[in-house]
Amino acid sequence: MKKLSARRRHPLAAVVVLLLALAATGGLYAAFAPAGTAKADETAQSLAIEEGKKLYSVGCASCHGTGGQGTTDGPSLVGVGSAAVDFQVGTGRMPAQQPGAQVPKKKVIYSQAEIDQLAAYVASLGAGPITPTEGQYSPEGADIAKGGELFRTNCAQCHNFTGEGGALTYGKYAPSLEGVSPKHLYEAMQTGPQNMPSFPDTTMPEKEKKDIIAYVQAVNSDKADNPGGLKLGGLGPVSEGLFAWVFGLGALIAVAIWVAAHTAKAKKS
Amino acid sequence: MSSQEIPEENLPAGQDTAHGAVKVADDPFADPGLPPHKPRIQDIDERAARRSERAVAFMFTLSMLATVGFIASYVIFPVDKIVYIWPLGRVSALNFALGLTLGAALFFIGAGAVHWARTLMSDVEVADERHPMAASPEVKAKVMADFAAGAAESGMGRRKLIRNTMFGALSLVPLSGIVLLRDMGPLPEKKLRVTLWTKGLQLINMNTNEPLRPEDVAVGSLTFAMPEGLSEHDEHFQTEIAKAALMIVRIQPEDIKDKRELEWSHQGIVAFSKICTHVGCPISLYEQQTHHVLCPCHQSTFDLSDGARVIFGPAGHALPQLRIGVNEKGFLEALGDFDEPVGPAFWERG
Amino acid sequence: MSTVTESKKAPAGERVADWADGRLGIYTLAKANMRKIFPDHWSFMLGEVCLYSFLIIILTGVYLTMFFHPSMNEVEYVGPYVPLQGQLMSEAFNSTMHISFEVRGGLLIRQIHHWAALIFLAGMFVHMMRVFFTGAFRKPREINWLFGFLLFFLGMFTGFTGYSLPDDLLSGTGVRFMQGAILSVPVVGTYLSMFLFGGEFPGGDFVARFYSAHVLLLPGIMLGLVVAHLILVFVHKHTQFAGPGRTNNNVVGMPLLPVYMAKAGGFFFLVFGVIAVIAAIASINPIWAIGPYRPDQVSTGAQPDWYMGFAEGLIRVMPGWEINLWGHTLVLGVMIPLAIFPAVLAAIAVYPFIESWITGDKREHHIAQRPRNAPTRTAFGVAWITAYMIMLVGGGNDLWATHFHLSLNSITWFVRIFFFLGPVIAFVATKRICLGLQRRDKDKVLHGRESGIIKRLPHGEFVEVHEPLSQGELHRLTAHEQYDAAELPPAVDENGVERKIGRMEKLRVKLNKGYYGGDSQIAKPTVEEYKEIQSGHGHH
Repeated sequence: MKKLSARRRHPLAAVVVLLLALAATGGLYAAFAPAGTAKADETAQSLAIEEGKKLYSVGCASCHGTGGQGTTDGPSLVGVGSAAVDFQVGTGRMPAQQPGAQVPKKKVIYSQAEIDQLAAYVASLGAGPITPTEGQYSPEGADIAKGGELFRTNCAQCHNFTGEGGALTYGKYAPSLEGVSPKHLYEAMQTGPQNMPSFPDTTMPEKEKKDIIAYVQAVNSDKADNPGGLKLGGLGPVSEGLFAWVFGLGALIAVAIWVAAHTAKAKKS
Repeated sequence: MSSQEIPEENLPAGQDTAHGAVKVADDPFADPGLPPHKPRIQDIDERAARRSERAVAFMFTLSMLATVGFIASYVIFPVDKIVYIWPLGRVSALNFALGLTLGAALFFIGAGAVHWARTLMSDVEVADERHPMAASPEVKAKVMADFAAGAAESGMGRRKLIRNTMFGALSLVPLSGIVLLRDMGPLPEKKLRVTLWTKGLQLINMNTNEPLRPEDVAVGSLTFAMPEGLSEHDEHFQTEIAKAALMIVRIQPEDIKDKRELEWSHQGIVAFSKICTHVGCPISLYEQQTHHVLCPCHQSTFDLSDGARVIFGPAGHALPQLRIGVNEKGFLEALGDFDEPVGPAFWERG
Repeated sequence: MSTVTESKKAPAGERVADWADGRLGIYTLAKANMRKIFPDHWSFMLGEVCLYSFLIIILTGVYLTMFFHPSMNEVEYVGPYVPLQGQLMSEAFNSTMHISFEVRGGLLIRQIHHWAALIFLAGMFVHMMRVFFTGAFRKPREINWLFGFLLFFLGMFTGFTGYSLPDDLLSGTGVRFMQGAILSVPVVGTYLSMFLFGGEFPGGDFVARFYSAHVLLLPGIMLGLVVAHLILVFVHKHTQFAGPGRTNNNVVGMPLLPVYMAKAGGFFFLVFGVIAVIAAIASINPIWAIGPYRPDQVSTGAQPDWYMGFAEGLIRVMPGWEINLWGHTLVLGVMIPLAIFPAVLAAIAVYPFIESWITGDKREHHIAQRPRNAPTRTAFGVAWITAYMIMLVGGGNDLWATHFHLSLNSITWFVRIFFFLGPVIAFVATKRICLGLQRRDKDKVLHGRESGIIKRLPHGEFVEVHEPLSQGELHRLTAHEQYDAAELPPAVDENGVERKIGRMEKLRVKLNKGYYGGDSQIAKPTVEEYKEIQSGHGHH
């Protein structure tokens, strides 16, 4: 896109590491994933790849190279798999708008159909994690409490107890998980986008990912209960302290002013 | 420094006279004294006073109603009932109802009392004299004399033996209390230097409770491990995991800058203590592109590709690394304990 | 002595009072105190906010002890909160879950207890600053100032121990920090840690030990201090601001019975009511969302309650200095913040004694000063607050980073630099502002109040009409006292003998000059100045 090409000077040196990391993840995944189940309708698949390639050359090639081999502005996409594409484009992170410490979540500009085509194309460049099916990520029937324990072991250190997000070094951050769809949660754990480490099925099996998704849905969504009242951002003592000072002490001082003030005197008639 | 040494002229002109005990007619700054009391509307208009009375009574009545509401809420709302209340969200109906009714019941007692005081009780300001804290010289002289008499009668100054042994006894007796504290805990000995890890213990994935294979650990992934044989149900699980928790990442061997780190890794799989060397938080905010790991408590940052040395923040030394290898079954195993104490530094650490 | 035969029986209330007086001497007490005068000013009620929140904390705390189990025995959660079912946790955590989800009103009382604690500490902070900035700590109130300071200091640790009791992941992280800090103490650190925790961290003892400190030891001491603090307030009588009829020798206001009985008594209910409403609408320390403590788990945004945020900031921004010598480790990176923390607090605690040493003033002061009239003290206070606030920012550096899209590392560096620079800037700026305000007061006294009415004089000049102030207002603005700067006595006395002047005395005079020298206060208007201006050009 024009905006992107206008800003292509920025040397994203760190993303070269991403290239290696994602390629290796994909490679390992390919080596251990159950192979050869998706040969169902080959023609539809190749059609999608064809369409995806067109979308790719318009929207992505300027940074990731015409064949997905990567440039100084963007990492190689060979072997990142369709799951990475579905996550990055599906959450609006890609196409990136401007260089910075971290590419933020934005408005999604592609339709799901287009994202699927893009994903099909990128997946055709080299084997990698495959976009999960609903059966894989649906939190239906998962163990929420086990998910909570896993979340506190693996996720809370960056994303906070209930997934409100947190700071990383030099302007990077772990985003809030509020409103993130189960599919994208799953894909993030699977692929490890940007600086997030991946949690591949070999160390965190599918069922555990489901548990985690179920936990996040239970504690950080519209349906989450906050029995005590306002959750104050779910950030813990800092926002609680601020609230106590501003509203607690503030209200009490307002009351004190009323208590101590002199009553209005009668006007001289 | 006694007050005699301070030249009087440096102190402000006598504060007592400055406040105009005697009013000087031609001093424009002199204290004019308390302004005359002005009546409130309630003081001169009985109807207004009645209105205030009714307002106070109304508030006390509201409080009574709120208490009734509190009891009713306690009975009516089940403890687990969740309701949506804008803008609070999905909150406990009971907590909300009890809090508001209790708050109202208390607040209106206070508001009623204060309104009563403000509008109906006398608002004539009264002055009370102050008296100096220090006693008069006569009182002081009497006290000093009494003390001298008492001290002399006790013989404290004369009978030095009694005095000295008494001080001795009094200063020794608290020692018993201090001695009793000894059994609050064991001596440190080598406890902080050893963990459960020993040669041959497999690395157990904390997610699955299964031993880890090198192939399981992908580049860019993050895994946490504990020693084989430890279980969450163990009595000493908390104390042991507080020292033994491991953070496992895989880095391309060519990206590892520290020679020893590479040596102690298994094909780029490195196992570092998860316990921060600053004050012991479980550090694990791993940035897989930069290989930095950040502590969420105090932001110490370690570079896992360079021997986990500190690159930012308050930690004083690198994270200890556990030397790992692969056993004959193909699982990752420890090749010994950490070669230095894990967690926060301490005096004997050296 | 009453006569044996009373013609008429006294009313029941009086008889009860007589009975009590015969045993407690209540009439003598009441004579001095029943119509005790309290001055009206909202800032004089800040202390009451603290007193009442303290009472609320005790009341709710007693309730909580009926359900809380201070034990670290491990149990499996079987309560109604689904996201924790089947999890292992300590009994302390489990019983706190029970209070929150199964005891009717338990959650409310827990939240009132915790909110009241935050407000108690915030109230004490503001109350202390009120006393500081109005000079209300001067003789005879220095000891009461220390009592108040001790209450604040003990309040912090009572709060910390209470915050640690539920044994949740957040507070456990805080306790872990404390243990790490204890380990850093040279020579005895490891011993202290082993004794406090009954062995290695976390062990199975600290909840029970913190519990007895939290519910008995610390609040017991605090209760004693509160009583002593209040008795001294009664004995000293409250300070008041200068004004017509309000002198250093009197106290002007409303009597305890009935006005302050109603106002102060009512204020207790108001404070309790406000805190109850806050507990109804805002959740605090939702331990169910935080989860039980495990030393290998953690969450980002791990902070203590606000009153420990200052210490948290110090520990976060300190560089990681560590010295290894002769087989021993000196953990400066933890020890230095650990030492600065009490030192900064002590700086404000001992200030009254330093100021009275500098002024050499041994008289009683009962007039609350306006902060502008003590510029150097005010500047010092603002500098102190600035350092405190900057460290609070440091303690929340990760949340500043995420919420203002800044780099964590830049904020840390900002705090490192401005912990030193900020107070200096604040000191200079505050002093200038105070002097500006003093000048404005002087102007107002000499020229009157700006009325906003512009008048055109016959020769075309425009002037603003200034209204002269009332005598009461003139008195109020000139009632403050001003010290003359101290001077060292001549080096040689009148007999030609060299005078010995101690180093401390030289320092005192130097500081005194800094406080009251030419550029540190604006001489207040004199009657002569006033008369000259008023007679010269009254229209101006």
